[in-house]
Amino acid sequence: MANTLLMALIVVLGVPAVMVGYVGLVEWLLGFLPERHRPGVRPWLWIGPAVLFLVVFLVYPALNTAGISLFNADSTRFVGLANYAYVFTAQDMLIAFKNNILWLVLFTLLTVTFGLIIAVLFDRVRYEAAAKALIFLPMAISFVAAGVIWKLMYDFKPAGLPQTGTVNALLTTAIPSFQPQAWLFNPSTNNPGLIAVGVWMWTGFCMVILSAGLKGIPTEILEAARVDGANEWQVFWRIILPMLSSTITVVATTMIINSLKAFDIIYVMTNGNYGTEVIANRMYKEMFNFHQFGRASAIAVILLLAIIPIMLKNIQDFRRQEALR
Amino acid sequence: MTTAATAQAREREASLSARLARALSQGPLHVVVLLICAVWLLPSVGLLVSSFRPARLVASTGWWTAFTPPFNFTLGMYREALSTSGMAQSFINSLFISIPSTVIPIMIAAFAAYAFAWMKFPGRDLLFVIVVGLLVVPLQMTLIPVLRLFNALGLTGTFFGIWLAHTGYGLPFAIYLLRNFFGALPKDLFESVYLDGASPLTAFFWLVFPLSVPALASLVIFQFMWVWNDLLVALIYLGGTPKVAPMTVTISNLVNSLGGNWQVLTAAAFVSMLLPMLVFFSMQQYFVRGILAGSVKG
Repeated sequence: MANTLLMALIVVLGVPAVMVGYVGLVEWLLGFLPERHRPGVRPWLWIGPAVLFLVVFLVYPALNTAGISLFNADSTRFVGLANYAYVFTAQDMLIAFKNNILWLVLFTLLTVTFGLIIAVLFDRVRYEAAAKALIFLPMAISFVAAGVIWKLMYDFKPAGLPQTGTVNALLTTAIPSFQPQAWLFNPSTNNPGLIAVGVWMWTGFCMVILSAGLKGIPTEILEAARVDGANEWQVFWRIILPMLSSTITVVATTMIINSLKAFDIIYVMTNGNYGTEVIANRMYKEMFNFHQFGRASAIAVILLLAIIPIMLKNIQDFRRQEALR
Repeated sequence: MTTAATAQAREREASLSARLARALSQGPLHVVVLLICAVWLLPSVGLLVSSFRPARLVASTGWWTAFTPPFNFTLGMYREALSTSGMAQSFINSLFISIPSTVIPIMIAAFAAYAFAWMKFPGRDLLFVIVVGLLVVPLQMTLIPVLRLFNALGLTGTFFGIWLAHTGYGLPFAIYLLRNFFGALPKDLFESVYLDGASPLTAFFWLVFPLSVPALASLVIFQFMWVWNDLLVALIYLGGTPKVAPMTVTISNLVNSLGGNWQVLTAAAFVSMLLPMLVFFSMQQYFVRGILAGSVKG
């Protein structure tokens, strides 16, 4: 009990105090430096803790992975680029690449668009917090539970039997001639079906961040436009959208990265069967099922390389924001 | 007196009809908003209803049949999930893990984002690109090298170790998001406070922090929720010791020990969802308009 109390004190008071104490200490120490040296040293002390954490938990493991990708399954023999050759030719990987492109386009487009529409519309009603909570709710559900939810949604019983899946039951009731579908097995519906689950889960994320950005647009600017006779449609396209552009880039980048790393939903719902394989699930299988550490690492490196074009777009935005303010 | 009363009544009537007119003109908006909510809620309602139904019926009939007689509802699955030994302890453990794992990365990210947005130093853009690029590093690839390090330092199975791990994994997104919001603040604000003799420390705590409250609030919501729902990182770095196990680990043990009894999971999912939703609601008050009111030059 005493231990629990001590821990509670550390958690609630100790940790924040250490954090604030760090920058306090940094600025106090900088005070001893001659004034002209301070601007050169200060940034490094402010980003220092972040760099330290990133190096230990992400940079070092990433370099380690890149190294392993050049070795065989148990990292005992150097094989050069053989793992990469395998990754780009294996049948399952080719299916995975194709599916990830579908994820990238559909998932990113739908989450960002819905997130934006919902953020803007919900901003205008008084029950905004409650309405946003309903969209956010799927994010708070563990992905295993989400898998259960969507198995209930997509469940299939042959035509003639009472349907237990929500989607089939709704459609067969609404359209008498509708044939119940095995949504997750049918190759033409299973990928969009899985992406729909992703959209359901992640739209709340886009909504929250875009809503934060929306609240940051100064009210005077919107009012001024309305006084000048702009209608709501023009206010949205001419003011809200341009002023949210850097936030939209952040959200879209995060969603693109999510689509490349898509794993949880596929893992619990189809495990990549029936033509739904994706890169990250393949990596998981190579690593934990087949113990092919070299191949798994090569896949991880390819994921890292795939986002370089998006990084370049970000740095462009970053510079533009700086030039504008 | 009668005239005053009728005037009052008329006034009330007028405001009522004005309100009615406004409500009608806003009608389509409300319909769309409520429709979106209904579509998003439908799947979860299915799970919620199922969590109150006997396990054998969940497998054989649709959840909506619960609303027709005979009304078969039970609290059995909630009783089972909540009475698991160690559930109370693991709730406290989840708090001890999640609160620092939210505070530490957000503070460290805020320091870094402030430097990235408002200080000049060589290699800044390249460093920032690397930070965002790290978002894509698959968590699974980091587990083995980091675990080796944790074992060497004796951090495995400690709260402190898992705080550090969640900080490392949460930082790239936190820095990325905060840099974007900090960078969007008007430059004049900084110039005027520096003219008044403020230090970067004062500018950070009294200007940047209060003006970025919606961004910080959304970060708190997400980081808390991710850590609260995390199973993988806890399993690997805490090693399944019951003394430090969070709720996710206890629940997954419960589901596995009952021989793949996923029905218990439906109840457990709603129990473990309560706190992230509470955090979401308590952060809503910070999503307010006009934080920057009066700070933009006209």
